[in-house]
Amino acid sequence: MFRAPVRRTRKGDYEVRLSDQERQLLASLVPQLRAALQAGTDAGGTDDPTLRRLFPAAYPSDEERDREYRAMVHDDLVARRHAALDTLEASVGATRLDEQEVLAWIGAVNDLRLVLGTRLDVSEETELTIDPDDPDAGALAVYGYLGFLLEALVSAVSE
Amino acid sequence: MAAPGPPPAPAPAPVEVDRPDVDEVAEPDVPWIVLVWNDPINLMSYVTWVLQKLFGYSRDKATALMLDVHHKGRAVVSSGTREKCELDVFRLHEHGLWATMQHDV
Repeated sequence: MFRAPVRRTRKGDYEVRLSDQERQLLASLVPQLRAALQAGTDAGGTDDPTLRRLFPAAYPSDEERDREYRAMVHDDLVARRHAALDTLEASVGATRLDEQEVLAWIGAVNDLRLVLGTRLDVSEETELTIDPDDPDAGALAVYGYLGFLLEALVSAVSE
Repeated sequence: MAAPGPPPAPAPAPVEVDRPDVDEVAEPDVPWIVLVWNDPINLMSYVTWVLQKLFGYSRDKATALMLDVHHKGRAVVSSGTREKCELDVFRLHEHGLWATMQHDV
């Protein structure tokens, strides 16, 4: 029988059943997102589509107000994303997570999907049945896996 | 909250009535709306959960808004003063949703 990889326990924490390979994969993705966040902070601009996706415009048709909004929130958005990554990294081997850790996993996994999905230029029609000869096959498989994991995490906290 | 201060001094009588600046007066009266836009990455279940978590919407209301985003390309998820809407946009951006705000015209 299929068993959900994440479920809420009667005690109110969360049981995480992932293989060592899955945990290693998640751990290996953390530095990539850190690097993307760092690049965004260094660049200060929004030309990179990945950064546009992580830090969207609040006022798309009002440049001045949008600049003010970015100046006000950018550091905070970056800091919160780093904090979620730190929590994911620290608890990536855990079989039990508390509420705060599960929320950090959800945030970090969603950010990873945003970065990877933007780089792969996915559409709603993107086939997740992967052609092994596709040069993006590996990245698409990771993207698909992150979607599966996020679905499980959201389902566990929504119960 | 700040501690109570000394009683206020009597206000000086106005010498001259300033004509109000039209822009500054009009601003608070025009409500703002927060829009969430469709994107091909965010999961439907995730968007629904975020709308419930941030705005306290019921599962049914959050699902209806998510489906509007999915089928119509966007949905108005909140409204109010500019300050409130900016905070809502910030929280949506924090959660990776593609949110913008504009005057409700």
